[in-house]
Amino acid sequence: MPSRIMIVGLGLAVGMSAGSALAYEVYVSNERDNTMSVVDSETMEVLRTVEVGQRPRGITVSRDGRFIYLCASDDDTVEIIDTETYEIVGTLPSGPDPELFVLSPDGETLYVANEDDNLVTVIDIAGKKVLGEIPVGVEPEGMGISPDGTTLVNTSETTNMAHFIDTASHENTHNVLVDARPRFAEFMPDGEEVWVSAEIGGTVAVIDNATREIKHKIEFEIPGMRSESIQPVGVRINKDGTKAYVALGPANRVAVIDTETYEVEKYVLVGQRVWQLAFTPDEKYIISTNGVSNDITFIDVASDEPVHSVTVGAEPWGVVVSPK
Amino acid sequence: MKRAAPRTLALSFVIVLLAFSASAACAQEAENPGEAAAPAEIRIGYLRAYEPQLALSVLDIPPEDIGIAGADVAIGDNNTTGRFLGQEFILEAVTIPFDGDAAAAYRDLRAGGVQFLLTDISAEQLLSIVDTAAEDGVLVFNVGAADGILREEECRANLFHIAPTRSMLADALAQYLVWKQWRRWVLLYGSHEKDRRFADALRRAAHRFGGEIVAEKLFEDTGTARRTDTGVTLIQRHMPVFTQDLPEHDVVLVADESEVFGTYVPYRTWVPRPVAGTAGLVPSAWHPASEQWGGTQIQNRFEKASGRRMLSKDMSAWTAVRVIGEAATRTGSTDPADIDAFIRSEDFSIAAFKGQGLTFRPWNRQLRQPIFLGDTRSVISTSPQEGFLHQVSELDTLGVDEPETQCRRR
Repeated sequence: MPSRIMIVGLGLAVGMSAGSALAYEVYVSNERDNTMSVVDSETMEVLRTVEVGQRPRGITVSRDGRFIYLCASDDDTVEIIDTETYEIVGTLPSGPDPELFVLSPDGETLYVANEDDNLVTVIDIAGKKVLGEIPVGVEPEGMGISPDGTTLVNTSETTNMAHFIDTASHENTHNVLVDARPRFAEFMPDGEEVWVSAEIGGTVAVIDNATREIKHKIEFEIPGMRSESIQPVGVRINKDGTKAYVALGPANRVAVIDTETYEVEKYVLVGQRVWQLAFTPDEKYIISTNGVSNDITFIDVASDEPVHSVTVGAEPWGVVVSPK
Repeated sequence: MKRAAPRTLALSFVIVLLAFSASAACAQEAENPGEAAAPAEIRIGYLRAYEPQLALSVLDIPPEDIGIAGADVAIGDNNTTGRFLGQEFILEAVTIPFDGDAAAAYRDLRAGGVQFLLTDISAEQLLSIVDTAAEDGVLVFNVGAADGILREEECRANLFHIAPTRSMLADALAQYLVWKQWRRWVLLYGSHEKDRRFADALRRAAHRFGGEIVAEKLFEDTGTARRTDTGVTLIQRHMPVFTQDLPEHDVVLVADESEVFGTYVPYRTWVPRPVAGTAGLVPSAWHPASEQWGGTQIQNRFEKASGRRMLSKDMSAWTAVRVIGEAATRTGSTDPADIDAFIRSEDFSIAAFKGQGLTFRPWNRQLRQPIFLGDTRSVISTSPQEGFLHQVSELDTLGVDEPETQCRRR
């Protein structure tokens, strides 16, 4: 009985939205089988599976939606995929073992975390050349950039710091100690705060971008679940800066946080080992990658209810949605 | 001649760059006198007993740099972090023979200014130095000795244990076998002291988790050569006979730390049964093929640095140096007293590629940790197993728990 109600509800949701909302393409990197899944955001069906380089992890898309950039970690390169033909049309010189990256707001520069070499590599996309390498802590991973593009934040998983980097000088200006295994950095849309997740520490540190000090630490508590299995990874904040979503790894949930009070309002049950998140550009959905259950989950942003899960490739890692 | 011009150009460019960066550095020094000060040094000693030794399989011969290679990688990791905080970590390793004088080696290390000490020596050697170290204010991290007695009757306030105990290893294995519903075991154990200790740990684990040891058999070490040209044929005939008269069982447990017969048991038993213990399915602090929980990263880093795969002792040594590094980072101090206080505090935990933060048991300073169960190729499982619950930490279902502890010097 409950399952029938859900199916009806889902049919309604899809039916209603088909006329009004736009369909976007959702790109998912599948770490284990070296593929990228392309999923339609409205029909929620896999449109195609693209063969890519080895161990695809970080994934993003150009501001105009023409190209996907994908970290092929074991190939030590960033692949450029044409979103019309789905062909790999080029590569960027990423440095060794690229894991995660962030695109500058103007879409011209890519900042890559090189996990094996304790470096952040700065790449000029048009010229396909390295503009600089910035030494950071051990196992750099999370990458966040301020909305004005002047400040880059990298997190290092074994050093346990958020490294603030001036994008004009490529200088590391501040290092903020956070909890164990920081995995992701996300700026508030107004640039005043950076949210840094700590996977083993089980917290999200809210860092004041003016003072570069931690102003609040968000903790998570799920009844019946041990604190060790609550491991925050991906963080996304909506455009008006009111709501934050945090993927909680093996807790199989996404936390919804009020950015005003820093209170967790809801834990949304998705798939197993949820790591990364991406909004659709209209913010109708936020999509999670569930690495162990090999699927992605669409969460309805208005109700914060999980709407539908779609099986993708093996061990989905990263996710990004086309801007158009 | 043609190639000379660009070379000269390149050279002069380098000189200009050097000059530029030198002046930039001077400017920075002037601006931030605090940062330019010499980094605070943290000297970590590594005292180990090692001799080249044989094993039943050449694949199991411990590499010459076992343990030290892990400590070296962690020193590099600590120094990358230390760069941001003005801390520098230095490792000084000393190797003595298996029956060497640990006290003399300790005195030398101490004379060199060591404030922290990693040890990979026997329990007896460790006990010969640990109290002197306490008087010197030196914290000791045991990365090599699995003996329960060091955590129990002979525990010390300045002695932390990174290496898991035999009881933790045996419990991890027993939980898996019980989870599999393979509950009837036969126990084959060697005649040396450490083989008997591991056999004791397996008996204890059977009792704790509901396994049944239906028979036991001692394999006496008669001093035969471990490797001979005709060895394979002889073993093939000998092992079935040795395991012929055993009652019905699900699993053969082997306790042979001394490398006398264990490796020869799998596939050679009288009846076809899986083998576990020191051969077959082996519990360990680390597995060279673990890629879970970010493990790929440390494995890559280790292999790049040392040219081989990472073993359990390497991981224990890496973790010990990282524990010191983490405490130095969090406290901003290099003083052993501050670091000791932090490691003992509620705030301490260390990430070591095992899926959760690791902490010390306050009652005996043993590092809580998941245990890998693997064969020679891959990780089969990790314990604690699902369903083995505990009121404090599921990791405390492995080894000696607080109510049972014999440690009285907290």
